Amino acid sequence: MAEDNVPDTRPAPPATAVRLTDLTKDFGTVRAVDHAELVIQEGEFFSLLGPSGSGKSTLLRLIAGFESPTSGRVELAGRDVTALPPHRRDVHTVFQDYALFPHMTVEQNVGYALRVAGVRKDERRARAREALATVRLEDYGDRRPAQLSGGQRQRVALARALVDRPGLLLLDEPLGALDLKLRQEMQTELKQIQRTTGITFLLVTHDQEEALTMSDRVAVLDGGRIAQTGPPLEIYDRPATAFVAGFVGVTNLVRGAAAQRLTGRPGTYSIRPERIRITPLDDGLETAGPGERSVTGRITDIAHAGPHTRFRVRLDEGGDRLTVLRLNTSGPALPARTDTPVRLAWDAADAYPVPG
Amino acid sequence: MHLTRTARVVLGVLMAAGLAVVHVPLLLVVLNSFNADRSFAWPPSGLTGEWWVRAAHSQGVRDALWTSLQAGLAATAIALVLGVLAAFAVHRHRFFGRQTVSFLVVLPIALPGIVTGIALNAAFRTVLDPLGIGFGLFTVIVGHTTFCVVIVFNNVAARLRRIAPSLAEASADLGARPAQTFRYVTLPALRSALFAGALLAFALSFDEIVVTTFTAGPGTKTLPIWIYENLARPNQAPVINVVAALLIALSVIPVYVAQRLSSDSAGGRL
Repeated sequence: MAEDNVPDTRPAPPATAVRLTDLTKDFGTVRAVDHAELVIQEGEFFSLLGPSGSGKSTLLRLIAGFESPTSGRVELAGRDVTALPPHRRDVHTVFQDYALFPHMTVEQNVGYALRVAGVRKDERRARAREALATVRLEDYGDRRPAQLSGGQRQRVALARALVDRPGLLLLDEPLGALDLKLRQEMQTELKQIQRTTGITFLLVTHDQEEALTMSDRVAVLDGGRIAQTGPPLEIYDRPATAFVAGFVGVTNLVRGAAAQRLTGRPGTYSIRPERIRITPLDDGLETAGPGERSVTGRITDIAHAGPHTRFRVRLDEGGDRLTVLRLNTSGPALPARTDTPVRLAWDAADAYPVPG
Repeated sequence: MHLTRTARVVLGVLMAAGLAVVHVPLLLVVLNSFNADRSFAWPPSGLTGEWWVRAAHSQGVRDALWTSLQAGLAATAIALVLGVLAAFAVHRHRFFGRQTVSFLVVLPIALPGIVTGIALNAAFRTVLDPLGIGFGLFTVIVGHTTFCVVIVFNNVAARLRRIAPSLAEASADLGARPAQTFRYVTLPALRSALFAGALLAFALSFDEIVVTTFTAGPGTKTLPIWIYENLARPNQAPVINVVAALLIALSVIPVYVAQRLSSDSAGGRL
């Protein structure tokens, strides 16, 4: 046929790595996942963010195949896998407890996926060593998992899941057990590995900072429902619900009469603490600029947190309380004692309306 | 808990006395199997290996030892298969009557041996006799299996509870079929529990007498039965001591090894 000879120059549409359609999972009377709809593109670093009990781990287990949905469909790379058991899905998981096989060496652990697939022993060893090199553990192949530190076990679990380049890598709170410094190192390393391998990563976490810093896109879960899906900045700046505004970052949620007083409009608004300017009331310099809202109040609480200071301010009019974040950069002296009268000001556009 | 010096000494002495009451008589049996004096005069006038040689040459003892080994090995083998299956059923699956099944499997070890014996005797008479299967080694094996299963079941069930469920999930997640997961992950994790269970089951079968009495045919003599039947014959007394010492050894060693195995695996190997 003639059309076959014409080269297709249109860019290929991004392939879908995961598609969840109307996915629901009940445990007895508890609905863990509630009509979830989700599309993840190939090569994305995607995070499921939510508090414990929000259904994010169940969602992960439904994708891996450890649980079967009550209703709905799971598609991986365009194929319906809803009825397939875990061992027939092109997905590997990095477990929260790492789940390394205690009776095998590190190298045997890493080569396991190849062993059960019937790969010859010498090739298995070579590829296991290669995978260990990507996580900088090439000299640890002969050790047992029990002889490794937490961070090393975590990297072995990662190498084991990456050894045969699955179409999708699931990470279930992989950094939860590590201390802060190691966690930040691993965040960088995970991101690096994701970029170089090009494998789709799906990370489950309750740590909003982790989700925001690492992901291309984030889905926020609230009580089994996906409350919002989008790039990190969009989720932070334009939260779709009051829950998202409160869970992703810290915010001042004002509603009802307080909203009327502070924004001049009815509804519910989210004002981020770092968007509020705080100045001493008596300096006589600060007044509201054009398009700004300005109120006065007194400091009730001060918390110094190194690079920034957090203030709680009780407003003179209406008695509402607002949290204000001030970076400790050079500048005019900041009010440093409780009960100091202060002026708060913010751009009217920074009071972002949220439904509910 | 803090104890005063006196309390520690008193408790220590009591502990030693308690252990002595249990173990000194056993020690005497072993010593007497080397006692040169036929009437076991104390202290022994000399030590001799004569009784051991005689026991080794006694056809009755040799037959009984062989019977005991056969019964113990067969009962242990069957118990391994059934016990593992039952432990997996109860651990892996949630089904109606799960607790009941678990309880019924363990019950035989709590029942008095004489009750199990009578019940099995009656059952064999009713069921096996019409089929032409008489009382003999086979019925002894069935009888011993009833309590050997419990030991294997308990060991395996306890281990299964300790294995992180994520291990089997990780295996499946990495592409292993259920049979591969069992072979490469579950079985190695169970290995020492299986070995410990088998040793204990064998030890239990090897020195069992009550159930054996009711399930053995007239020609089937295990070692304990042989001792029991020869107790009344004074000229057999030295040989009985030898057989008793043998029974002690063959029961103590497996129990000791089994205990080492279970405590090993209870340690931080995971």
